[in-house]
Amino acid sequence: MASDDINEKTGLTSPLRRQLLKGMAAVPAMAAFGGAARSSFAADGVNTTGLAVTDTEVTVGILHSVTGTMAISETGSVQAEKLAIEQINAMGGVLGRKIKYIQEDGASDWPTFAEKAKKLLVNDKCASVFGCWTSASRKAVLPVFEQYNGMLYYPTFYEGLEQSKNVIYTGQEATQQIIAGLDWVVKEKGAKTFYLLGSDYIWPRTSNKIARKHIENFQKLEVVGEEYFPLGHTQFNSVINKIKLKKPDVIYAIIVGGSNVAFYKQLKAAGFDLENKQTLLTISVTEDEILGIGGENIVGAYACMKYFQSLDNENNKKFVAAFKEMWGKDIVIGDVTQAAYLGPWLWKATVEKAGSFDIDKVAAASPGIEFTGAPEGYVRIHENHHLWSKTRVGRARTDGQYDVVYETADLVEPNPFPKGYQ
Amino acid sequence: MRGDAAMFDYSFAELSSILVMQGFAGLILFSVFVLMALGLAIIFGQMGVINMAHGEFMILGAYVTYLTSHLFTEFLPFAYPAYFFFAMIFAFIAAGALGLLVEWVMIRHLYARPLDTLLATWGLSLILQQIFRSTFGAREVGVELPDWMMGSLNVTDSIEVQINGLFVMGLTAAITAAVLVLLFKSRWGLQVRAVTTNRTMSGAVGIDTRRVDRMTFGLGCGVAGVAGAAFTMIGSTGPTSGQLYIVDTFLVVVFGGAQSLLGTVASAFTISQSQSALEFFISGSMAKVITLLIVIGLLMLRPQGLFVLKVRR
Repeated sequence: MASDDINEKTGLTSPLRRQLLKGMAAVPAMAAFGGAARSSFAADGVNTTGLAVTDTEVTVGILHSVTGTMAISETGSVQAEKLAIEQINAMGGVLGRKIKYIQEDGASDWPTFAEKAKKLLVNDKCASVFGCWTSASRKAVLPVFEQYNGMLYYPTFYEGLEQSKNVIYTGQEATQQIIAGLDWVVKEKGAKTFYLLGSDYIWPRTSNKIARKHIENFQKLEVVGEEYFPLGHTQFNSVINKIKLKKPDVIYAIIVGGSNVAFYKQLKAAGFDLENKQTLLTISVTEDEILGIGGENIVGAYACMKYFQSLDNENNKKFVAAFKEMWGKDIVIGDVTQAAYLGPWLWKATVEKAGSFDIDKVAAASPGIEFTGAPEGYVRIHENHHLWSKTRVGRARTDGQYDVVYETADLVEPNPFPKGYQ
Repeated sequence: MRGDAAMFDYSFAELSSILVMQGFAGLILFSVFVLMALGLAIIFGQMGVINMAHGEFMILGAYVTYLTSHLFTEFLPFAYPAYFFFAMIFAFIAAGALGLLVEWVMIRHLYARPLDTLLATWGLSLILQQIFRSTFGAREVGVELPDWMMGSLNVTDSIEVQINGLFVMGLTAAITAAVLVLLFKSRWGLQVRAVTTNRTMSGAVGIDTRRVDRMTFGLGCGVAGVAGAAFTMIGSTGPTSGQLYIVDTFLVVVFGGAQSLLGTVASAFTISQSQSALEFFISGSMAKVITLLIVIGLLMLRPQGLFVLKVRR
């Protein structure tokens, strides 16, 4: 029918064109047949909702920016997810099925993320998606994952205030990362006054809000300044002068992206000695960022997060070795990269516990899932779909790595909706 | 707010030394603005080409600096402390050569359609970004500087002056002077100014306007390359870092009056001083908002910018 209509309108008469058009008309019929074929898998119970699962293969999605301004940060996550998938396949896959991934590029553009997420869920029927990096991209895809009932493993440390059946947050939420670090710096450095800095968007602002509440209401100490800069800001001399005047015990910096490079270079040029004189605590500089900043410009700064490449345990040694073998010996691994690596492994463990790829069953089976092979040590999924994890403080070295100087004794409970901090 | 009230608790000596350093911070910002706007002022002001890829030419200069630093560490370690000067020359040559090529391939076909240059060079900026990404990787690269360029000079106990700030100021002064001499004292500069004033008549009196255009575009791009090399001292070097500069650059050039180099300098001074002073008293984001509001207000009163060149059209 369709082909006849087109022929009438366009007057195409060539036999080849006619054949092509007939072929196109047949596509929907094939799709319907495919649907029927898939439904036969319902019998074996691992896939009752029509996900892209065959007897030998399961399809997942990877959704990060590999072009645009966020490619700098998201590259590591893509690499970690591919490594995890390769390792899982080498072990025999998930429920006996090899993982096949479809990678889509969010292109650092939030509507593109939403569109690609929809494509991965609706067209490709991905059994799970590993992806997103910025909170903005996650907020953009969240309604898509909820509407089409997909499963997202999100790797970045973020501001909290969110929880969804369709998302597993493998990075730390703000209180996990912030409170332990502030307590440490007060106990260890006797800090009394703080100067808060940040890039001007949701994550630094929310994180600094939590930090300020903790400093003022719980630690009963003083915040002497709080400032935000547009993303991409490159001139910090004025604020550096202000810091000189206020002389805070701790500079607490949540600056992201290229601005970081400008900030630390100018801080050093202004004569701040992070090694001996000035304490600086950041939650936004991983080994990845130091590549751009240059180790000599940030040596002595403290960072508070859950993972550092230098962590001394067997899991991590194996992970770092495998990562370098796959992606080159000069590569560095930051906190988020490690968190991205957890995604496929947690999903595999959850699917195997649930005995099914069905999203609802995976979501229900998630709380309590453990991963003992995590490079950061041991993690467990909480009822609220975030991870129990330890928090660590590292001190930057000239070679761009961190020395771990502190580690919480126990796993820190994730608390995305903290009382008294909002 | 508590912090602001505390501003009055400091001694006179402390406040005056901060005042000096703050003045210096303003001067550094001024130099940075002039340096990044100079190349664009030449291209946009003299030729009317809206070069959206200006930032990418700067980042090309930054990447050349990165490569030069590696080259020197590898093969000429004894000359490492001086590598930065060579890097700036290489950056000028690389960005200038690319500029000549771009002019020949693309821009020369668009002189009659100045608004289309905006679209074409924007496309060019995307292409260049992806080339950088494919060549150097999506991650930022760290450009190491010789030790003598880091740190600060202690003028008094409490006043410290940043060496790389002084370096940028010196460089800006030198390049601005060179460009001014070139434009107003050389034969080529005379030709450029003649073409700007009246393209048809210049052609009629025997000036090769095509060659003048090509050299002007190349010079503008080359200067952008040097600026990019200098900015490795204060900013990041990544495939999309050029985007960080483009807005400020256009702001300075348009506010100054597109065709006047003096206007560019004056506008860089106004914007940098107000921004740096505002940043000291209120927060960074608000300082930017207020600066932009002031600029918009002034441009509404004086749409042609601060300084105008009298041109017969």
